[in-house]
Amino acid sequence: MEPSTALKRTPFHEFHRAAGAKLVDFAGFEMPVRYTGDVREHQAVRTAVGLFDISHMGEFEVRGPEAAAWLDRMVTNHVGALAVGQALYSPMCRPDGGIVDDLLVYRYADHHMLVVNAANLAKDFGWLAEHKPAGVTLKDRSDETALLAVQGPKATDVLRGHVPREALELGYYRFTTGELFGAPATISRTGYTGEDGFELYFEPRYATTVWNGLMAAGKPHGLELIGLGARDTLRLEMGYMLYGNDIDDVTTPLEAGLGWTVKLAKGDFHGREVMTAQKAEGLKRRLVGFQLEGRRVPRHGMPISSGGRAVGVVTSGTHSPTLERPLGMGYVETALAANGTALEIEAGSSTLAARVTARPFYTRGSHRS
Amino acid sequence: MTFPEELRYTSEHEWAREQGGLVTVGITGYATEQLGDVVFVELPAVGRKLEAGKPFGVVEAVKTVSDLYAPIAGEVVEVNAALADDPAVVNREPYGNGWMVRIKPSDAGATAKLLSSADYAKHVEGAHA
Repeated sequence: MEPSTALKRTPFHEFHRAAGAKLVDFAGFEMPVRYTGDVREHQAVRTAVGLFDISHMGEFEVRGPEAAAWLDRMVTNHVGALAVGQALYSPMCRPDGGIVDDLLVYRYADHHMLVVNAANLAKDFGWLAEHKPAGVTLKDRSDETALLAVQGPKATDVLRGHVPREALELGYYRFTTGELFGAPATISRTGYTGEDGFELYFEPRYATTVWNGLMAAGKPHGLELIGLGARDTLRLEMGYMLYGNDIDDVTTPLEAGLGWTVKLAKGDFHGREVMTAQKAEGLKRRLVGFQLEGRRVPRHGMPISSGGRAVGVVTSGTHSPTLERPLGMGYVETALAANGTALEIEAGSSTLAARVTARPFYTRGSHRS
Repeated sequence: MTFPEELRYTSEHEWAREQGGLVTVGITGYATEQLGDVVFVELPAVGRKLEAGKPFGVVEAVKTVSDLYAPIAGEVVEVNAALADDPAVVNREPYGNGWMVRIKPSDAGATAKLLSSADYAKHVEGAHA
C-alpha cells in the first residue's frame, strides 16, 4: 500500500527511499520494514553490524528538583538509584497494575529523559502530564530528536574514531554525551537486539552528516540497513517485550516476567498494591516463551490450549533466523508455565505442538551485562 | 511491476502455467515481495483433489503467513519437494524453481478463466490506489 501523505517521516526518510526500503505505516510513521530481506538483515546484526532508524520513538525531557521522586511514583523500577550517565528500563503502570508503556529513563546531570514507544507517545504524555506535580516540567522533545541504533558485534568498530573514546568503554545501560561525527549527541550503550551496540540521539539537522558518516565508517565492517521486520525477530529471539503484543494496559509487569523491574521496596508507585498482592497470592497467568516442533509459525492472537482446553493466547511469534525454527511467547495459566510443558497452538485448521522454553531463546549475543 | 505473459493469475496472487495437460502453480513475485523471506511452505499430499478458489497449502514467511488458493480444480500429481530444504527459492525464483504443485485439471481449459498478465498487473496496481 502506498502510505498516505498524513504519515510522519523521520529525518532519514530520503535515505530509506534511496536504499529501496519497503515502507509501511508504523505508529503513524512511514517506516522501513525491510531493505533487502528479514533474514539477511537479522544475520547481519548477529554476525556483523546493522543500522536502524528508530527516530519514531518519543523522547520526553523531565526537569525539576522533584523529578526523580515523581518518576519513581510513575514507574516500577528505581529511578532514584540511577547515577548520572546511567539508563534504566522500566514499565510505567496504572494504579491497577496494567502497563501504560515500557520505557527507558536516562539520568543526565540536570534532567531526565524518557524514551517511549511511538504508538504510545500521546497516551504517555497525557498520562504523565495528568499526574505531574507543579514543580516538575515535562517537554516532548520527539520532533527535535533523531535516533539511530548501531547494533552488532562490530558496533564499536564502526564508531571508533567518530565518538569520544570513553563512549566505546561504556558499560551496558550507560551513556555519555559528546560529538558523534561532529554532532552533539547522547551515545548510549543500549539496544533491543541482544548484541553489543549503541543508541544515538542527536538533533535532526545533523541527520545527513551522521547517516553518511555511519554508512562510510560501517562499510568495511559489513554494516547493513535494518528494518522493523528484523528488529522484531532480533528482539523476539531475546524474549524482549513488544508493547501492544506482549504487554499492554491489562497485563502487569509480574505476569510478563518483568519482576526484576518492579522495586516494591522503593516506596509507593502506581500499581504497587496490586503487584504486592499478586506476589503474595501468586499469579493466575504468566508470559512464557515456547518453541515449536514443526515448521509452522505461531502468530499474535492464536489461541493456546492444553489437552484441548483453552489456556491462553500467543502474544508474539516468528520464525527465528538464528535458531532456524519457529518460536513465540504468550500468556498461559501459571500451572502450565514450567519449562518443558507441552502446549498446543491453534493455527486455524492446524494444531501446532509447542513446548515451554526458557528465555532468552538466543543466548550467544554480544551485548554486555 | 510486470508479470510473465505466458502465465495466468488469480487475484490471490497465484500463477498457473499449463503445459502438456498439467498445470503448475506458484505464487507471484508481487506476493513474495509482500510476504518477505519465505521460511516454510506446507503443501498437500500427491493425489489430493483441489477445489478452485479453496486453500490447499500455507506459505510461512518470517513476518507473516498466507494461505495458498487453488487456481483451478484438479488432482495434485506432484509437489515441489525441494521447498522443504530451501523455501527461500520461492523468493529467488517465484516463477521457476519456486513452483509449488502440479495439478491434473478436472476441466480442460480451466486456466482460460484466470486473469491474464495485464489484468493481474491492474489488480496489483489497484491494491496500491
